[in-house]
Amino acid sequence: MPAIDVRDLHKHYGDNRAVDGVSFHVGEGEVYALLGHNGAGKSTAVEILEGHRTMTSGSVSVLGFDPAKAQREFRDRIGVVLQTSGVENEFTVREVIDLYASAYRRRRTLDEVVELAGLEEKVDERVGSLSGGQRRRVDLALGIIGRPDLLFLDEPTTGFDPAARRKSWDLIEALGDDGVTVLLTTHYLDEAEHLADRVGVLASGKMIAEGTPAQLIEGISGTVVSFMLPDSIETADAISTFGPVLGGDVRLSGRLVEATVDRATEVVHRATGWAIENGVELESLRVARASLEDVFLQLTEQSEETS
Amino acid sequence: MSAFPSSLSMVLRQTQYQLKYFTRVPVALFFTIILPLVMLVLFNALFGDNTIETDEGDWSVRQFYTGGLAAYTAVSATFSNLANMVPIRRDEGVLKRWRSTPLPTWIYIAGFICSAIVIAFVGAMVMLTVGVVFYDLSIEWAKMPAAAVTFLVGVGAFAALGMALASIIKTASSASAAANATILPLAFISDVFVATDGDSALTTIANIFPLKPFVNAFQDCFNPFVAAPAFDWGALGFVAAWGLLGLGIAMKKFTWEPSGAGPRSRRAARAAATAQG
Repeated sequence: MPAIDVRDLHKHYGDNRAVDGVSFHVGEGEVYALLGHNGAGKSTAVEILEGHRTMTSGSVSVLGFDPAKAQREFRDRIGVVLQTSGVENEFTVREVIDLYASAYRRRRTLDEVVELAGLEEKVDERVGSLSGGQRRRVDLALGIIGRPDLLFLDEPTTGFDPAARRKSWDLIEALGDDGVTVLLTTHYLDEAEHLADRVGVLASGKMIAEGTPAQLIEGISGTVVSFMLPDSIETADAISTFGPVLGGDVRLSGRLVEATVDRATEVVHRATGWAIENGVELESLRVARASLEDVFLQLTEQSEETS
Repeated sequence: MSAFPSSLSMVLRQTQYQLKYFTRVPVALFFTIILPLVMLVLFNALFGDNTIETDEGDWSVRQFYTGGLAAYTAVSATFSNLANMVPIRRDEGVLKRWRSTPLPTWIYIAGFICSAIVIAFVGAMVMLTVGVVFYDLSIEWAKMPAAAVTFLVGVGAFAALGMALASIIKTASSASAAANATILPLAFISDVFVATDGDSALTTIANIFPLKPFVNAFQDCFNPFVAAPAFDWGALGFVAAWGLLGLGIAMKKFTWEPSGAGPRSRRAARAAATAQG
């Protein structure tokens, strides 16, 4: 039985279809990332799975429970790191950990949680005096305090500096290695690529693609060829100049010319041929495998065009 | 797997936690416990030698104020305190976080209410002690069972009404305003700060609400002209009925989430849909 099984999930607010027929499953021990822009329906979907929201229609099973009805037994086995949720600011980190631990049956010890979350030095400080990143670590600590079988992480590293993100990633990876199932939402592609076994891409409440990060990258796009626009070419003429040379969709962001192509060798040959003929240097010429970011941009562009 | 801790121990733990929280919020401590005490001292300094005429004889104002302000402290510890603190925790997202844990929600609420009752008890005891020591308040033990029952009915009812207000009003800032806007004017016409004339229109208005019946019933337990056992069952029944109304509203309307979370209203949903399209 999968840890999470979602079939044809809908959540409508009046005419707004926040979640519009989403299906996916997450296997036991899997780390699954829901990826999408703000407002794509990620948090709404996750909050339904956590039991915080009711659904309009569909079927949902989480650890074998119906989250809308399941109460204590269910909540004892999940950990929830919400996107926005406060902690008692007037209490110290030690006090809140003690307090929240008392609700669970399989508690971790204070030392264990503090070490996992990297809060050793803050344990006797009041939560209100911590920085945003440190508070987010308190959120994580409280999420894992009951040794959950399934952990929900709603944008766990938004607003983190790079070092803090790395640390959180290490923690999430360690939990994943421990056999904990993780459902993660993020709009950071590198986060999904780094952590997730599988990724589901949401746009306007619909699941527009799903697979391992590698599958998504392979399946959708080819190779990205990019270089800086030579000074001799005006930005207005960039697309008309390089469209025929590179073939396919040419994009311009700032002065960076980019094209996602299937046959990179040919394209590079034509591009360099054009450059030599015209006596210009293609600065920062780069041929790279498409990243998840390119996939994401392509997919969401397509879905906007069709909708 | 080990069992969950017993409900009783969890309620105790939650009560303890809310009490600790209360003592760390200076403003709540001030308005609930300190301010009524300041009023007691001030009113006695200003009007302490006056008397209130009753049918049986002259009643010392000192005794009038102590009983009335003790009752008011109990109301401010339950009604005002809950109507202020619950929406603050909700706005902060603390309520939603607790809802994610296996703690049964009724235990969380029970902790809130039990802590308010403990604060009310401590506040009223401090007030009565000050009254006995400094303001010739006499304790007639035969009336103390009535005082205890009146107190319990009152704090229960006002705690329920505080939760009701916290349920109807969605943001912390407006809940605080609403709590003060309801209780302060009522206190002025309910024999808390000044003794009111029995036949006036204001008294008629005050008698519609539960504050005056509660204050009067509690004051009677310290009034030398009221004979023991001093139970006012009519007033207690009236206050209890208000409490049940509050309980009904609270159970129907209580929300755990901050009002800004999620496109809840249709208007917000439509705005979101327009923005996306």
